[in-house]
Amino acid sequence: MAPDSWYLALGAVLFVIGVAGVIARRNPLVIFMSIELMLNAVNLTFVAFGHRLGSPDGQALVFFVMAVAAAEVAVGLAIIVAIFRLRRRLSVDDLAAMRW
Amino acid sequence: MNTAVFAVLALIAVGSALGLVLKKNAIHGALFLVVNLGTVAALYLTLHAEFLAAAQVIVYAGAIMVLFVFAIMVLIPGKEETGPDPRRPYRVLVVPVAAALLIELAFIVGAGRGVASAPAPAAGGVEVIGRLLFTDYLFPFEVTSVLLLAAMVGVLLLARRRAS
Repeated sequence: MAPDSWYLALGAVLFVIGVAGVIARRNPLVIFMSIELMLNAVNLTFVAFGHRLGSPDGQALVFFVMAVAAAEVAVGLAIIVAIFRLRRRLSVDDLAAMRW
Repeated sequence: MNTAVFAVLALIAVGSALGLVLKKNAIHGALFLVVNLGTVAALYLTLHAEFLAAAQVIVYAGAIMVLFVFAIMVLIPGKEETGPDPRRPYRVLVVPVAAALLIELAFIVGAGRGVASAPAPAAGGVEVIGRLLFTDYLFPFEVTSVLLLAAMVGVLLLARRRAS
């Protein structure tokens, strides 16, 4: 059995890769997928902690994270489609209307 | 044996995550993300979280990724990131930021290594989680259903074409 801290380390690496994707990419769809990657990394740490503490609470929390992620993806993709309809382009650099 | 399984799964997970971030084509990134989500489901299995592994495959690799691939196909990106990047000086900042975050997280994970692990691992069966969801987490569970309803209504409103 691999130690639980290895799972935490893997979760940390996946989370950092997700952060890098959010910062470095221009396509909002790829940024969204990077956010999913970060959510998954956190889910993995939840399950690893639940495994280590011997309690099923970690898994229950992951269940809620999955539900919220599903709602977030549906709304986010609808917003992206609406933006694309308005501008016919898809780059986060163009979306500066609310910039201070 | 289990350590080897973990090593292989971790390599696939990190490699596919890097593929998602580094590949220019969004559809390649989506397929890499499917691989990554499947690997995380396998990791759940190694942690004895069978219910979550199944839910991961159904909800993430199934429903969410279908939505993503559908959106990518409809919006036809892929040509969006080929031109010169006018904000390259800002985007290069990703390297130090990611490195700092990684060092920070490595420090935290390393600091908790000495803590002794619990003796008995809990069962991850559907029965235990279901009982927990309908007793201790009953209120969050109901709030989640309201959230899903709100998301559904919001999406319908956003996706509707304006009557002209």
